[in-house]
Amino acid sequence: MMRNLFERTGEKTLGFLQRLGRASIFLFHVLKGFPIVLTRPKLLLDSLYSVGVLSLLIIVFSALFVGMVISLLGYVTLVDFGAEQSLGVLVALSILRELAPVLTALLYSGRAGSALTAEIGLMKATEQLASIEMMAIDPIRRVITPRFVAGIIAVPLLTLMFMVVGIYSGYLIGHGWLGVDEGSFWAQMQSKVQWNYDILNGLLKGFIFGIAVNWIALFEGYDAVPTSEGVARATTRSVVYSALIVLALDFILTSIMFVEV
Amino acid sequence: MRQTKNLELMVGVFVFLGLASLVLLAFNISNLGNSFSSPSVYSVKAHFDNVGGLRTRAKVTMSGVNVGRVVSVAYDQKISRALVTMEIQSDYPLTTDTQASIYTAGLLGEQYISLEPGAEDEVLRDGDSIYLSQSALVLEEIVGKVLVNLTTK
Repeated sequence: MMRNLFERTGEKTLGFLQRLGRASIFLFHVLKGFPIVLTRPKLLLDSLYSVGVLSLLIIVFSALFVGMVISLLGYVTLVDFGAEQSLGVLVALSILRELAPVLTALLYSGRAGSALTAEIGLMKATEQLASIEMMAIDPIRRVITPRFVAGIIAVPLLTLMFMVVGIYSGYLIGHGWLGVDEGSFWAQMQSKVQWNYDILNGLLKGFIFGIAVNWIALFEGYDAVPTSEGVARATTRSVVYSALIVLALDFILTSIMFVEV
Repeated sequence: MRQTKNLELMVGVFVFLGLASLVLLAFNISNLGNSFSSPSVYSVKAHFDNVGGLRTRAKVTMSGVNVGRVVSVAYDQKISRALVTMEIQSDYPLTTDTQASIYTAGLLGEQYISLEPGAEDEVLRDGDSIYLSQSALVLEEIVGKVLVNLTTK
C-alpha cells in the first residue's frame, strides 16, 4: 500500500519532469526556426490574422467594460475622501500595470491559444505533420515557428490596445457620467504615469505572457495524444495551464517591477 | 491573390492600430510629451515663502475656474524663496495686482494655485511676476503654533 503510494508519486514526478524537458526541447527547436520566418515573412500573415486580428474584437470589448467598471468603482471610493480628481491615476495605473497584460493574456489563451492547440493537435492526429516530414520539410519550422512568432507579436499589440481602450472608456464614464473634471483627470494621470516605468513594464509583462501562453498552447497541441479525446484534453490543458502560469508569473513580475521594499 | 491582399490589409491595420496605441500612450497618457498641442498661453512667475506640496502641472484657478497650469516649481537662491512659473491661457488677462494663493483641494487633495484679480488697469505680460502671494498652509506648522500657544498659557 505504502509502496504503491511512493511508486505513484515517483511516476508522476518523473512524468512531469519528462514533459518539462520535452517542452524545453520543443521551444529550442521552435526558436531555431526563427531565421526562416525572417527570410519569409509571408508565413506570418495567416497566423497573424487568425491569432491577432480575430482576437481584436473580444479584447476591445473587454477593455471597454473593464475600464468603465474600474472608473465607476474607483469613483465611489475616492469621492468619500474628496479625491475624485485622482480617478484618472487610479484607472490608468491599474489598467497599465495589471489588468491590461493579465486580461489580454487570459483572453488570448481562450480565444487564440485553444485554437492553436486544437489545430496543431488535429494536424498531428490526422498525420499532416508526419506527411510534411515525409516531404523532408521540418514541420516545427514550417508550421509551428510562424505561429509562435505571430503569437508573440500579437499579444503585446493587443495589450497596448487594451490599455488605450480601457483608459479612454474609464475617462468616458468618469467625465461623461460622473462629472470628474476633464483637466484634472488627464493632468493628474499624466503627472503620475511614467512612460518608462508603468507603460514599458506593462508592455514587458505582455511580451512575457505572450511567450508563455503561445509556448504552452503550441506544445500542448504538438504533444497531444493523436486521438479526438487526446486533442480535447490537450485543448483543456492548454487553457488551464496558460491561466495558472500567467497569474503566477504576474505575481512574480509585479513583485520584481513595482514593489520597492 | 485577392484574398492574400485582403489578409495583408487586415494584418496591416492590426499592426498599425497597435503602434498607434503605443504613440497615444506615450503622448496622451504618460508624461512623455506634455508640451504638445497646448492652446496659446503666457507665462507668469510668482514667489512664495512656502509652496507646500505644490507640483508641476498643478492647476491654476480663478474663482474656481481652471485658467492654467503650473510649469515649474524651483528655489530662487537670490531671494531665498520658492519660484513658481505658471502658464495662463491667453483668454484670461491678469491685472498687475493679482494675488496668488496656494490652496488644497479637499482635505487630502492636491494643491493648486488660486488667483484673485485686483483693481489695476494694467495687465501682466508674458514673463511678468505676481508680487502679491500667499503661501501654502503647512499642517505641521499650524499644529506646532497651536501647541506652543497651549503650553505657554
